[in-house]
Amino acid sequence: MQINRDELLKAYRRMRTIRAFEERVFAEFERGNIPGFVHLYSGQEASAVGVCMHLTDADKIGSTHRGHGHCIAKGVDVRSMMHEIFGRKDGLCGGKGGSMHIADLEKGMLGANAIVGGAPPLAVGAALAAKLKGEDSVAVSFTGDGGSNQGTVFEAMNLAVVLQLPAIFIFENNGFGEATGHDYAVGSRDIIGRVAGFGMPATRVDGRDFFAVHDAMGEAVRRARSGGGPSAIETVAKRFGGHYVGDPMRYRTAEERERTMRDDDPLIMFRRKVTDAQLLTPGQLDALDGEIAALVEASAQSAAQAPFPGAADLETDVYVTY
Amino acid sequence: MTQKSMRQALNEALRQEMRRDPRVLILGEDVAGGAGCEGEEDAYGGALGVTRGLVGEFGRTRVIDMPITESAIMGATAGAALAGLRPVADLMFVDFLGVCFDQIFNQAAKFRYMFGGKAVTPMVMRAMIGGGFRAGGQHSQTLHPMFTMVPGLKVVMPSTPYDAKGLLIQAIRDDDPVIFLEHKAMYDLMGEVPDEAYAIPFGEANVTREGTDVTVVAFSLMAARANDAADLLRKEGISVEVIDPRTTSPLDLDTILDSVENTGRLVVVDESPPRCSLAADIAAQVAEHGFSHLKAPILSVTCPHTPSPFSPSLEDLYMPSVDRIAAAIRKVVSR
Amino acid sequence: MTLHAICIPKWGLAMEEGTLASWLKAEGSTVRQGEDIAEFETSKIANVLEAPAAGILRRRIAAEGDVRPVGALIGVLADAGEDDEAVDIFVAGFSEASVVQEQQDSSTAIVETILVDGLPARFLRVRARTASPATPLVLLHGFGGDHMGWMFNQDAWAADRDVLALDLPGHGGSTKDVGDGELATLAARVSAWLDSQRLDRIHIVGHSLGAAVAASLALASPARVKSIVALCGAGFGDTLSRDYVEGFIAASRRKELKPVIEMLFADPGLVTRDMLESLMAYKRIDGVGDALRALAEKALAAPALAELRSELADIQVPMLALYGAADRIVTISDPAAFPWPHAIVEAAGHMPHMEAAKAVNEQVAGFLALHDGSERR
Repeated sequence: MQINRDELLKAYRRMRTIRAFEERVFAEFERGNIPGFVHLYSGQEASAVGVCMHLTDADKIGSTHRGHGHCIAKGVDVRSMMHEIFGRKDGLCGGKGGSMHIADLEKGMLGANAIVGGAPPLAVGAALAAKLKGEDSVAVSFTGDGGSNQGTVFEAMNLAVVLQLPAIFIFENNGFGEATGHDYAVGSRDIIGRVAGFGMPATRVDGRDFFAVHDAMGEAVRRARSGGGPSAIETVAKRFGGHYVGDPMRYRTAEERERTMRDDDPLIMFRRKVTDAQLLTPGQLDALDGEIAALVEASAQSAAQAPFPGAADLETDVYVTY
Repeated sequence: MTQKSMRQALNEALRQEMRRDPRVLILGEDVAGGAGCEGEEDAYGGALGVTRGLVGEFGRTRVIDMPITESAIMGATAGAALAGLRPVADLMFVDFLGVCFDQIFNQAAKFRYMFGGKAVTPMVMRAMIGGGFRAGGQHSQTLHPMFTMVPGLKVVMPSTPYDAKGLLIQAIRDDDPVIFLEHKAMYDLMGEVPDEAYAIPFGEANVTREGTDVTVVAFSLMAARANDAADLLRKEGISVEVIDPRTTSPLDLDTILDSVENTGRLVVVDESPPRCSLAADIAAQVAEHGFSHLKAPILSVTCPHTPSPFSPSLEDLYMPSVDRIAAAIRKVVSR
Repeated sequence: MTLHAICIPKWGLAMEEGTLASWLKAEGSTVRQGEDIAEFETSKIANVLEAPAAGILRRRIAAEGDVRPVGALIGVLADAGEDDEAVDIFVAGFSEASVVQEQQDSSTAIVETILVDGLPARFLRVRARTASPATPLVLLHGFGGDHMGWMFNQDAWAADRDVLALDLPGHGGSTKDVGDGELATLAARVSAWLDSQRLDRIHIVGHSLGAAVAASLALASPARVKSIVALCGAGFGDTLSRDYVEGFIAASRRKELKPVIEMLFADPGLVTRDMLESLMAYKRIDGVGDALRALAEKALAAPALAELRSELADIQVPMLALYGAADRIVTISDPAAFPWPHAIVEAAGHMPHMEAAKAVNEQVAGFLALHDGSERR
């Protein structure tokens, strides 16, 4: 599939923003500036961006606990995200949600999700709404390899097929469900073979490769928008870090992690491809890097200064209190 | 006796029961960790390390890492219990109950009664509860009222390392399904714990402070906070009796009523939204059975009727604090 | 110096803090040395603190209900000549650490758990506070007790000898395996433990069941035992309360245990919540129920105690029997009929070593000194 230079720049910008954002979140978390716990997306950027480049604000996505990348790929405001993760009053969810619950309905982002397997049934509902309203929008759920085993996911996929909904199930196989390997927890070791059994087209792609993901998603989106029903894509790309920041990662070896970060970096692969093909110059990409670094820096700085929500905010956003 | 953390006390209970009874086994996500990975075995030992080291002694046939499939885990636990094992399932965060409630409340809880007393279901479901971790709406709940209202389930909420060990051993030896709720902010709490195995019977409240002016009932982390409030108020001349019932079901109502008979005043502290909470339940029971002893209206200290907020500034307001408990006690005593 | 600190006392090794239950003297009142000045609750029992010196209670620093660590300053005694400023300076300059240090230095106490014939045996050894210690003393507690029951005594008796308080089989930190539960078996276990400690010649103070074990040991190996003090000894009275023994075994809740434990004391008010809680904690341990049952049916069975009593006259070592005037567990109708030296401890029930510790400590120390004989090392 042909992608023009603007689109390539946009894709790179998003991927780089995700990486820079996650690296900053890591640093701020380690400094004690971020409450709770955070799950980082570094290493999987091509998956979210390859998928979301095909989506507009009218399209919906449902995410996971590892949701920062999905948000950024979907165009959610980085500064508001950072403020939310810092627990501030002017964060995207008023400081009530946090890292695992960032949502931006205006951008079609139905929320990160702290329940594994939580998003696919929601995406099916969003796809049903699109179909009944006669829109050509689609709904996408992101699920991990760990989440691919949940009953909720199976039920959602079957329903999407039964109702022939414009739903797309993305299975991001990053090798681990928490501290348990994909090869152990996925009995058949074949997510996509299993998904195909539900009666929808399913394909596995290199999740490090933006172009592979982008191509597969393009086909799935065309099918969904034209009434062809649901599809599934498995994107394979290891996460660079642990399940959460602070995970001692004893289940991984140092060599494997070094190898992954050296050889499997989607940003390096993208850069090499577009510069080798002389579609973009290193200078263009470097300029973006600088711009993004400044954006993330400014976001973190303002987040650290922003006020926390107070007592007056505690009991708002509920229909009744006692 | 030696000082042990709540985490160590729980680990010791599991280890001693697994040594004593080969039918005891552990099922859950990352109860060992590292399965199918290149790195170490026993990489997690449970999300917060409670089961660490057990796979080394008992092997993967008795410490079984599960895929992230809570419904299957709870159903398999109930089924294994029905078929003669004594499984201990680790749900991790109690919020994941949402994914598997059917297996607990329609299945496990009902067998003994529905099958005319012919079946026993000796299973334990351990889960982490509570706020303070800034973990947001889907990782901070307690949910003990939901379990408590289901007939057939026993619900345990330890507040000290000593209680945690004795109650977990009792849970494993118990023939009914036991929901064992560990407050995630208490794993590092230290306390004296005997090295030997011992069981604390269910339905037996612990009077953690003796007093004459007001009775305070609280569970788990709230029991610890109620004790702090009692110590604070003693300096103001208010004598507070604190009761930690240890189990919400069965509930030691006798001890609560005896105490209210002496003090005439009751404050119930519950880390839960107010409606249909243990606070509401205990207040109702005392009003029903001990009304004539009351000198003042019963007060409850609970979370507001909202989901758990993420931001520290909100979560600190959300959870009942020592100050809020003390304020309620002062108020009820002044009437 | 006419200023004296009143501090939280350390009663027994396990005590880390005390609760000031009540002041017994008002600020400004004159007290004699040794007069009861305040009442404390520890994890074991309520007890009174005696004035360390004569003087005026010038300052009450701790309030009733306060929980303070051992050694903490709770009040100041001074004579009328000291002005308030001097008291202030004394309070400000008071270092808790020095007092705690001093109390710990006064004797070296170590809890040890060793294996004797493969079974754990726990005991508290308190070293003599003298360079030339007299014959060591072994303390044997009663049914359901452990070495901590001697918290008010062990230190006092360690002034001139090593004092070792053993947890009998079935109790405390020792094995819960009591074998057949017979007195002879317990005596043999104690004997084996004495061997392990190379204690070939000892005094014994035994309480209740512990006194019966001591007697059994003296019958089996008279050369080993230099003297016996039987405190409310089982087999040394007319009867042993079955209500107590069965009640102690049966109680599964603190509420049920409370009236049973109150039977032990002349003043039931001494029974604290913590005392009951620690007894419940003991009773919950795996194996304790079976151990207590076996001891009740064998060692403490009426025929066993009757037999022991008939043999007491055969014991050749010096004996002193102490009875609590208000003992409801081991009763005596006619003390004069007993053929061994005896004394009644006033204002005490079955636990005179706790309830009237001072009197018991003095009486026992005197008896031991009398029978150390020429063997002083």
